[in-house]
Amino acid sequence: MRPQTSSLRSKDLLGIEPLDPEEITLILDTAEGFKEVSERSIKKVPALRGQLVINLFMEASTRTRVSFEIAEKRLSADTLNFAASGSSVEKGETLIDTARNLMAMHPDMIVIRHRHPGAPKMLAELLPASIVNAGDGSHEHPTQALLDAFTIRERLGRLSGVRVAIIGDIAHSRVVRSNIHLLTRMKAKVTLAAPPTLMPAAVERMGVRVVHSLDQALEGADVVMMLRIQLERQGKLSFPSLREYFNTFGLTPERLRLAKEGVLVMHPGPMNRGVEISSDVADGPYSVILDQVTNGVAVRMAVLYLLAGGRLAEA
Amino acid sequence: MNLLIRNGRVIDPGQGIDEALDLLIEDGVVAKSGRELKGGKGIETIDARGMVVAPGLIDLHTHLREPGQEHKETIGSGTRAAVAGGFTAVCAMANTIPPNDERAVTEMILAEAARNGACRVYPVGAVSKGLAGEALAELADLRSAGCVAFSDDGRPVSNALLMRRAMEYARMLGAPIVAHEQDLDLSDDGVMHEGFVSTLLGMKGMPAAAEESMAVRDVVLAALTGAHLHLAHLSTRGALEAVRRARREGLRVTCEATPHHIALTDDTVRSYDTNLKMNPPLRSDEHREALLAAIADGTVDVIATDHAPHHPDEKNVEFDLAPFGVIGLETAFPVCHDVLVVRTRTIGLPRLIELMSTAPAKTFGLPGGTLKRGSPGDVAILDPKGETRFGTSFRSRSRNSPFAGEAFRGRIAATIVGGVVRWRAEAPEGGRAEGAKKRSRPAGRNGEKRNRR
Repeated sequence: MRPQTSSLRSKDLLGIEPLDPEEITLILDTAEGFKEVSERSIKKVPALRGQLVINLFMEASTRTRVSFEIAEKRLSADTLNFAASGSSVEKGETLIDTARNLMAMHPDMIVIRHRHPGAPKMLAELLPASIVNAGDGSHEHPTQALLDAFTIRERLGRLSGVRVAIIGDIAHSRVVRSNIHLLTRMKAKVTLAAPPTLMPAAVERMGVRVVHSLDQALEGADVVMMLRIQLERQGKLSFPSLREYFNTFGLTPERLRLAKEGVLVMHPGPMNRGVEISSDVADGPYSVILDQVTNGVAVRMAVLYLLAGGRLAEA
Repeated sequence: MNLLIRNGRVIDPGQGIDEALDLLIEDGVVAKSGRELKGGKGIETIDARGMVVAPGLIDLHTHLREPGQEHKETIGSGTRAAVAGGFTAVCAMANTIPPNDERAVTEMILAEAARNGACRVYPVGAVSKGLAGEALAELADLRSAGCVAFSDDGRPVSNALLMRRAMEYARMLGAPIVAHEQDLDLSDDGVMHEGFVSTLLGMKGMPAAAEESMAVRDVVLAALTGAHLHLAHLSTRGALEAVRRARREGLRVTCEATPHHIALTDDTVRSYDTNLKMNPPLRSDEHREALLAAIADGTVDVIATDHAPHHPDEKNVEFDLAPFGVIGLETAFPVCHDVLVVRTRTIGLPRLIELMSTAPAKTFGLPGGTLKRGSPGDVAILDPKGETRFGTSFRSRSRNSPFAGEAFRGRIAATIVGGVVRWRAEAPEGGRAEGAKKRSRPAGRNGEKRNRR
């Protein structure tokens, strides 16, 4: 599919939900170009020179923050990391005051990770800077879905018609929401599998199939996405034990045989080996988990570039 | 202090009156109604041509926040908001700081209302000491001090035995128990209705079952005890069904609905506007439809605001972190009139007046709610054709309204408490000619000055 568009409509990337298929395709196409930059010996382009990007991470994150930071540096942006711990936030400052104070330093973009849904939208409505949602509670994590889509498209050559099974803690996952928006918009076929205790209300209305059996979900799948199970949920009311979870929903090489030949196994990380996925699968021939990480940088470069491009073109 | 309201359409559902009449209030009480009553010396006259003259609205569910949270609202500011909304009496919920769980607090509220109140204030006493849900408050003492009902509103009474005992005891005192129906285990730490929208937003949901299961439990306890159970702010199909069942069984169970549950659904929460966060939460369309049907078929007895002021600083945070509650006194009539009478034609204006005045008075056994001779001279003059556009500031000390910036058909032209005009809108009842020169004034300035006197 050729892009119909050469820029994003919004100054912000708050989620996949507001994007149309052309914008998604534009980001993925742009990321292809940037992937090549990471393979050069001099891994830097001057696209964001003189631009200040603040990484505002109000919740613990390693992979996403590092990935954004690398993307920013490869685009030659000036970057600043701001974490909640040891900051004014711990002294009781509100999100809005934190953001206003940062804004007084004239950043061009703010990449925000926050534990509450809607926090990026609050900033976007308040501040002239471009806001990039790096995960807001259980709401959305758009760059993760974009890098997942990039990885699928790179391997399978398309998104349309691809059968994707997403398995795990659907209820609390921002990754799954962004992925559902993206994959359904690009005409992939999505099946969700989890025990009912980890399935959010009325999720089938998002245009997906819902099953409560791992085998049913795996059958004929082109792509299997495993979601992280938060260990602190075991033994409470979501599921009885990690042992039982692994036995019913854990991905093993035997069960993976139900999927299509050449199936892609994905995981947004961090993984719990032996809980949602066995090491044999995670490290096995079908795993593209580390490709996802590599592609994350290219996709985030594309997002930052396109958001800045809109603004730079106007200037 | 005599007042003659002329040429209005008097609607008094309690007496079954709906006709063009004049109304005379003498010494604070309704003296007579009839055609072409004569004015005279010492009688203030209001021309209500084109207006509806109704018994003053009565709110069974108001959080006045005083004592303890005067940065949100005071008895003075809350009652000024009330009269701007056509209310001549409000029932003050017990979850103040300290809570109204003992006589001294009840007396303080009544004394402050007498000093600074723009309308009548009827305190609601706590069910349990400290609203802790463990031991009964001194209900008899509270009752004799002036409490008209008992409620731990804001905190559900989780302990079924405590609820049983409270009902038994309140029955002896002839006062209703007002129940906030919510199973705290089921609602967990939810911040909105559990459904498709909460799934989309990734927000923790409170299932309808959390309200429905507690409503069913309390109806069963009402059957056991014979008490008068009043279910506050019902928002779910199942809870309304429980009320229907109770009625069929002849139980003394009444219930109320709020203007925001009548007008809005959880779909609006997609904006993350914290002024759409309240408890019970805005429900899905299916539940709202059930609420409108229950208003149409008489299952809902009363419309009550659940006026819950919060300071802008408290609301100007992430949705998850914002306190529950919205203000509602000033918006209640225009919103309900617009939605129920004009847009959906669920009910007619006389029935709306019944839901907001006659029935509340009857439900809690309060004076007013009628314009019968000898009843309090409490009147709301309503302008059904007028439009109310809400700004972002209110007479309430808070501004956490989901209806800010919106316009509704229906307007409060004047509010009279005990024969005294406590609120008069701009572009007055008298007609356009007089209104023209005042048009530049901010709405309601007149009423406010009057109240400050």
